[in-house]
Amino acid sequence: MTGITRFFNEFTERNGMPVAIYLLIAVSIWMLLLVALPQLTMLDFSFRQNLPPPQIGGPNDVYTLEQYRYFAMGNEISGSSFNALDISVLFKTLIAAALVTILDLIICYPVAYLLAQSSDAGAKRLLILALIIPYWVNEILRAFAFRILFGATGVINGFGMQLGLWDQPIDFIGQNIALYAGLAYAYILLMIFPLYNAIESLDKNQIEAARDMGASWVQVHRHVVIPYAKPGLASGATMVFMLTAGALAAPQILGGPSSLWFTQIIYQWFNNGGNWPRGSAYAVILLIVCISLVLMIMRLFKVSIGEIGR
Amino acid sequence: MAKDVTLDRVSVTFGDYTAVDDAHLTIRGGEFFSFLGPSGCGKTTLLRCISGFQEPSWGEVRIGNQNMKGIGPNKRPTALIFQNLALFPLMTVAENIAFPLEVRGVDKKARRKRADELLEMIALPDQGDKKISALSGGQKQRVAIARALAVEPDILLLDEPLSALDLKLRQHMRRELRAIQQQVGLTFIYITHDQGEALTMSDRVAVMSRGRIEQVADPKTIYDNPATGFVASFVGENNALKGVVLEKKSGQLLVDTGLGAPSIATPGGAKGENLKVGDPCHVFVRPECISIDMDTTENNYPARITQEEFEGQVRHLVVESGNQSLRVTQMGYGAEGAHLGDSVKLSFSPGKAIALPVGELASA
Repeated sequence: MTGITRFFNEFTERNGMPVAIYLLIAVSIWMLLLVALPQLTMLDFSFRQNLPPPQIGGPNDVYTLEQYRYFAMGNEISGSSFNALDISVLFKTLIAAALVTILDLIICYPVAYLLAQSSDAGAKRLLILALIIPYWVNEILRAFAFRILFGATGVINGFGMQLGLWDQPIDFIGQNIALYAGLAYAYILLMIFPLYNAIESLDKNQIEAARDMGASWVQVHRHVVIPYAKPGLASGATMVFMLTAGALAAPQILGGPSSLWFTQIIYQWFNNGGNWPRGSAYAVILLIVCISLVLMIMRLFKVSIGEIGR
Repeated sequence: MAKDVTLDRVSVTFGDYTAVDDAHLTIRGGEFFSFLGPSGCGKTTLLRCISGFQEPSWGEVRIGNQNMKGIGPNKRPTALIFQNLALFPLMTVAENIAFPLEVRGVDKKARRKRADELLEMIALPDQGDKKISALSGGQKQRVAIARALAVEPDILLLDEPLSALDLKLRQHMRRELRAIQQQVGLTFIYITHDQGEALTMSDRVAVMSRGRIEQVADPKTIYDNPATGFVASFVGENNALKGVVLEKKSGQLLVDTGLGAPSIATPGGAKGENLKVGDPCHVFVRPECISIDMDTTENNYPARITQEEFEGQVRHLVVESGNQSLRVTQMGYGAEGAHLGDSVKLSFSPGKAIALPVGELASA
């Protein structure tokens, strides 16, 4: 807290009162109105019953754990004591998100390293542009493009069969391969840039020193580059994981008929089910599970929250 | 056993730019050898050729008679100490020193033992668990040396490792480096633009300019018998008097240097010997070799003191004679001697006047 006060005092001194007040108001609006308030409303919703509109605010409108109970135990009428379907979808979603995160790490680390260590400024700019510009295409269009790419009569199946690699079209969509590819692609930049930022500030001499002292390239990365890039790695991985677990459009469009993403269940409660309290409870569960998981993994790899901000 | 390093007609080009031009020399095993030159002279590129970070465009590098072509920096018997030391900030002192052992698969206990031995050698015992950031500049320096010595390389390469230190520490580290070199008996190859470092520490020095090696010799020869105008003007202070050879006899040259009367000079090395009557040349006379008001018969000219500067133990003068202006350094204040504005006689011995063909001079 004293740090924030000091920062504010220094900021005021440097930029003048009006700018400081503007900053204070803007940040407050952002934090309260756009971040805290909606989340708190959701939290409030999640503890309510799904009542028809006339009864809202009436005597029956009391706080309840019903929505959370439903997630854990399922429908009272069905007699089951365990909501296997929803819980398993949550787990599958988390595992898939983790896989996508790992896939992105594997794809992005070499790219970020080469980009960060390249000394040719022109080539660097060009490569960064080439990474960014495809993201001008909107998410829905990109997802549908992937659907076409991976479809039974799509480009990949077409090529594969033409070359005689396989003779029956592979069901990329049904096997969720299209979904993982689409999700991995969607958040690649969020992995590359934190990694790039972290590696770029690494002194090239450190790498050469390690080489000179007999380290193989694998050892150079293991002992020098990766420890140094750990904060970037952590911030990239957490962002990709959170966003993948919370993605909706890609699972909707690219998911196979049997696959259900946890966000889709949330969406169904809000939209088709018309049960906002239950949707809210599910959203809160997803948020808390994701945050706990990320914090646990960060502790496992000895990364502090502060480092991610660097 | 310390190994020789041979540069066999090594050239390095980057596009149109020639960084190293036909370097040809042998560094003897156990020698403290320096490459001295201004920044951009190609000395660092040569060092990178020896350490394996740069492949020569032509020629070859041999270490102990083995051609190093295609052998990566991690496979060469060299250890490099970087200008900024490149210690690993996330590792402790001991981990840094033991890093070369770690990547060779030496187990943790043996690593720690060797690190402690080396810490003992660099006079930093019991500091192994400290963070690198907790060390002073001189201590970091010593840790970098210990790390480089951890796997007992044949050749230690040092890329201006003292340039970041302040003057006192630098002078101390010079002595320390020299002592370590004599203690471990390795070949040290030292890169520097600081002639003081090169002259005090080295057995031999190679002076470089624009990618070319100008002269390879021991420090005293470099200073007293420069082989080219560049060496004469780069190493130490020097007066470069432009003139024309008038006469050649018995190993000496008579040169019109514009001092009013011809000067007798000694030809500098092979290039000086090649001077013919009528050739333009430079005669180099060091400021401390010029005497004021001495009765000599040779190279004695009337002059006037136009500048005087007091600097503690020495005094710097600028004297004008004929159409030349020369810097003179005198020991002591010289209260009884000549001062600003006085008319004096300047003189220098023919043996201290080195005649060389006109060529590139080091820019001040």
